[in-house]
Amino acid sequence: MVDFGGWDMPVQYSGLIDEHRTVRTAVGLFDVSHMGEIEVRGPEALRLVNYVATNDASLLKIGQAQYSGLLYEHGGFVDDILVHKVADDHYFLCVNASNQDKDYEHIAAHNTFDCSVENAGARYAQIAVQGPRGLDTLQKLTEVELAPIAYYHFKDGDVSGTPARIARTGYTGEDGFEIYLAPEQAPRIWDDLMEAGQEFGIKPAGLGARNTLRLEAKMALYGHEIGASITPWEADLAWIVKVKKGEFIGRNALIEAKEGGLTRKLIGFEMLGRGIGRDGYEVHVDGIPAGWVTSGGPAPTLNKNIGLCYLPLKQAEIGRTIHIMVRNQPVEAVTVSTPFYKRPK
Amino acid sequence: MTYPENFLYTKEHEWVLVEGDTGTIGITFHAQKELGDIVYVDLPKVGATAEKGKTIGSVESVKAVSDIFSPVSGEVTAVNDLLTTSPEKLNEDPHGAAWMFKVRLAMPEETKELMKAADYAGYAGDE
Repeated sequence: MVDFGGWDMPVQYSGLIDEHRTVRTAVGLFDVSHMGEIEVRGPEALRLVNYVATNDASLLKIGQAQYSGLLYEHGGFVDDILVHKVADDHYFLCVNASNQDKDYEHIAAHNTFDCSVENAGARYAQIAVQGPRGLDTLQKLTEVELAPIAYYHFKDGDVSGTPARIARTGYTGEDGFEIYLAPEQAPRIWDDLMEAGQEFGIKPAGLGARNTLRLEAKMALYGHEIGASITPWEADLAWIVKVKKGEFIGRNALIEAKEGGLTRKLIGFEMLGRGIGRDGYEVHVDGIPAGWVTSGGPAPTLNKNIGLCYLPLKQAEIGRTIHIMVRNQPVEAVTVSTPFYKRPK
Repeated sequence: MTYPENFLYTKEHEWVLVEGDTGTIGITFHAQKELGDIVYVDLPKVGATAEKGKTIGSVESVKAVSDIFSPVSGEVTAVNDLLTTSPEKLNEDPHGAAWMFKVRLAMPEETKELMKAADYAGYAGDE
């Protein structure tokens, strides 16, 4: 167990590689109760959400979810979030554990729309059922028909007799569900899911596998690919920024940054030489320090050592030879297209 | 876990087997368990000088990098090439086939400061 922002979190259970492969081929169960939840309610809820978040929440139908960003005025990230539209006057946000209070204060501080903003993390546990057999596992415990729930959609219904929000989302690059429910029911539902998934080879999976899975799928991790000094343009997240939707926090800075010309960009790499490029390692281009690794390590599905790094825009092109400084030794790598892994349809 | 009686152990979870003037060095069962799936091992070159307590190589699991500190001083006389191609052997047989390197002991008296198996087992506190 490790301390993760005040939460006791298992890094691994049966072993990181085993857990990782189980999620890719069968089903894995993650206790992600540390994730934060913020509820925005009121007739002007959409206006508040659209003012603090970069994506356009007006595009959401009830029962639909959207990946989005909370930005500072200067265009850097407060956090990356999932926005769920529960009702016309109710949005449910899933945020990073370590950013929860900061996010809440940020949203509350900009609440000139008379909304109710609730820091609701303590009311929710979250269990992620991820993998190709995730649906079969969860379906055994709920009357809600899961197959018709499209990716990035959700439904409210009972799981094992407990009210839950069942979202077809995840942080693994695999099909699966994230279930939000009352914390006091979570241990029982965890056990029920483990039993339901037994015939499919379910295994509990820890933070370690969660990280390698999301890296293969090139999903951003706050504090690594994104942070207060990084804009969505740089992080290759332009698709979550809807400048045309109107005013939102950070919009002016993003427009200026684009007009002024971007200077750096996130790009994927694969190690060619012996060595593993890891978080924080320096990246050299033509022998000169040029950037840094945001996340890096072995990719258990691909049997390669992969990573993401920031490079000057002019050098951030696919197929370029770069060197990662591994304990003061340059080790050859090549920039590649991402995601590293895409699940078979 | 029972730790071999004929090995000596460091607080950094390396072991050394002394035979004559040669020390064979590896990492312990506890070390590999804490690291998890080992995917890469960086070994010294034959002829390199090992210094007691100084970094001589590294072991990487999927999750983390861990330095290897030499438990003894002397010249490196052999390295286990098996680990270059099959680093996972460190998880499977850390006290046997997955030894890491051998040193010709320059100061045999250094080994007096190392832990015996029973002391190390208590120190590592494996379940």
